[in-house]
Amino acid sequence: MRPSSLVRLSALLLLVIFVTMPEAFAFLFEPLITPGAPAIYNQGSLFALTMQHLRTVCLATLASTLLAVALGIFVTRPSGAEFLPLSRSLVNIGQTFPPIAVLAIAVPLVGFGEKPTFVALFLYGLLPIFENTLTGLTQVPPTALEAARGMGMNAWQRLVQVELPLALPMILAGIRLSVIISLGTATIGSTVAAKGLGEVIIAGLQSNNIAFVLQGGLVVALLAVLVHDGLGLLERIAARKLGRSLDETP
Amino acid sequence: MVPPRPALSFDHLGIVLAVLIGVALFAAPFATYRATRIASGEARLLIEALPVAMASALVLVALGLAAGAVLVRDPLGRLGSAVIGLAVLLPSLGLSAGFLTPADNSFARVSPSAGFWLLSLSFSLLAVDALARMRLGPFGRLVALAVGVSALALLLFSGIWDDLSIIKEYRTRADSFWREARQHLMLAVGSMALACLIGVPLGIASHRLRTLRTAVLQGLGIVQTIPSIALFGLLIAPLGALAASVPLAAALGIRGIGAAPAFIALLLYALLPIVANTIAGLNQVPAVVADAARGMGMSPWQRLVQVELPLALPVILAGIRIVLVQNLGLATVAALIGGGGFGTFVFQGIGQTAIDLVLLGAIPTVVLSFVASIILDALVDFSKGALA
Repeated sequence: MRPSSLVRLSALLLLVIFVTMPEAFAFLFEPLITPGAPAIYNQGSLFALTMQHLRTVCLATLASTLLAVALGIFVTRPSGAEFLPLSRSLVNIGQTFPPIAVLAIAVPLVGFGEKPTFVALFLYGLLPIFENTLTGLTQVPPTALEAARGMGMNAWQRLVQVELPLALPMILAGIRLSVIISLGTATIGSTVAAKGLGEVIIAGLQSNNIAFVLQGGLVVALLAVLVHDGLGLLERIAARKLGRSLDETP
Repeated sequence: MVPPRPALSFDHLGIVLAVLIGVALFAAPFATYRATRIASGEARLLIEALPVAMASALVLVALGLAAGAVLVRDPLGRLGSAVIGLAVLLPSLGLSAGFLTPADNSFARVSPSAGFWLLSLSFSLLAVDALARMRLGPFGRLVALAVGVSALALLLFSGIWDDLSIIKEYRTRADSFWREARQHLMLAVGSMALACLIGVPLGIASHRLRTLRTAVLQGLGIVQTIPSIALFGLLIAPLGALAASVPLAAALGIRGIGAAPAFIALLLYALLPIVANTIAGLNQVPAVVADAARGMGMSPWQRLVQVELPLALPVILAGIRIVLVQNLGLATVAALIGGGGFGTFVFQGIGQTAIDLVLLGAIPTVVLSFVASIILDALVDFSKGALA
C-alpha cells in the first residue's frame, strides 16, 4: 500500500471513530475548557449532524450539476449561441458574490432553516460547474468532431459519445470545486438555523467553549480534505479511462 | 462560420428578457411595505406603489425597452436602452418609498420587492450582454465602471433614496458602518498585501527548488479546502494560548477571538493563489529569453528582477485578483468570531430577522468585490499590453 493511501485511510478511520464515539477523545479537549464546562459537544449527536451536513451538500450539488451541465450544453449548441457571451460574463460576475452574501440574500426570499442554505448552495454551486462544462465542451478538438461527423453520427450521438466524455474530467473538476465551497457554506448555514456541523462551532463561539469550536472545525476540515481528495481520485480515473479509450481506437 | 442573419429576426436573449420584464411589471410586487422594521411585509404592485401617472410612464418605458431588446441587435443601441431603463427605474424606487410612507411616520419601512429586482436584473443583463458583445478593452471597461459607480454615488447623495428602508438602517448606524468598512478593507487588503510579501518570495524559491515546491503547494492546497469558519475556529485555540502565555502578544492585540485569527486565516487562504501563480508565471518565461539574459552577463539577481519577474507579472497579478475577490468575500465571515467587517451587519440582521440590515452588510461587500475584480482584470490586461 502506498503511503498516500495509508494517510487517506487513517484520516477516514479517524473521522468515523471521532463522530461515532467522540467521548473517547474527551481527554484531548479537557485542557482547553474552563472547569465544569462539557469537553465534548453535548447538544446533539456529531454523527447525525455530519450526516445532515453531507445530505444538504449532496442534494444541492446534485441539483446544481443537473442544471449547470444542461445549461452548459445548451449555450454551446448553435441554437443557444446567442446566450454564450452573456453567460460567460454572468459566471465571472456571479463568482464575485461571496457565498455568505448569497446565503444572507436567500433568507428574506425563503425564510430561515434548511431552505436558504439549500438555495445558496444550489445557486453558488452552479457557477464552477457551468464554467467548467463550458470550458470542457469548447475545448473539444474540432478534428474529433469532424471525425465523428464523418462517421455519420448525428448531433445527439456526437454530444453523448464524443463531446461529453471528452469534457468529463473538466466537469468533474468543477463539481469538486463546487462541493468544497458548499461544505464551507453549509457550515455558515447554521447561522440561519440549518442543521449541520456549523451548529457545533457556533455553539462553541456563543458559550465561549473552544473545545466545541475545535471539534466542529476539525470534523468539517477533515471532511473537506477527504472529499476533495476522493473526488480528485475520481477525476484521475476518468482522465485515465479517456486516455486508454483514445489509445484503443485506431 | 455563422451564416448571415436575415434582415428582421428576433433576438433569443431579448425574448427571455421581454418575458422577464412582463412578469416583473404585471405579476410581481414592486415594493414591500412594513409597518415597522421587523414587521412582516405587505406586497405592493407597481400600480399601487407609485402615483398613477408615474406608474404608467414606467410601464410604457419598460415595455418599449422590452420591444427594443427583441428587435434591436446593435450592441450600442442595446446598451443605450439598458441605461435608459436603469435611469428611469432606480430613481422611481426612491419615489415609490416616499409615496408609500405615510406622512410623519418614522416607523414604516419600504424596501424593493421581486418586481423591482426582476426589472433591474433584466436591464442589467441587457447592459452586461451589450458590453460583452462590444468586447471593450481594459480602458473601456474602467470607464464603464467609473460611469456606473458615479451614477450609484449620485443616486445615494442626491437623497432620492432617503425614504428606502436600507438607507434608514444606514442612517441609524452611519458611524459603525464606516468603522466596519475600514475594518473589512483592513482585513481583506492587509492580509492580501502581507500574502504578497510572503508569497512572491516563497513562489520564487519554490520555482527554483522542486522539493520545496511540492511541499508548499500540497500544504497550501490542504489549507484551501478547509472551510473558512472551521479555519477561523481552529486558529482561535492557538492564538488564545499565545495571548495567555506571551504578554507581548496580548499587548499587540492578538487574542483568540477577534481580528487576529481572521487576519491569519485570510492570509493562509491568500497564499496558495499567489505562490502558485508566481511559480506558473516564472515557468512560462521562455528559456531563450533567460539564456539571452545570461549571455548579456546579467547576474542571477538582475535576471530575476529585470527579466523574469516583469515577464511573470500578468500571471502574478491574476493570482492577486483571485485573492482580493476571495478575501473581500471571506472577510464577511470574520464577524462570526468578533473580527468585525461588513459581516457584522449581516449576522446582526440575521439575528434580528431585519432583512434590510442584512442587505446593508451584503450589498457593499458585493459592490467592493465587483469593483475590485474589474479593476484588477484591467490591470492584468494592461500588464500584458505593456509586455507586447
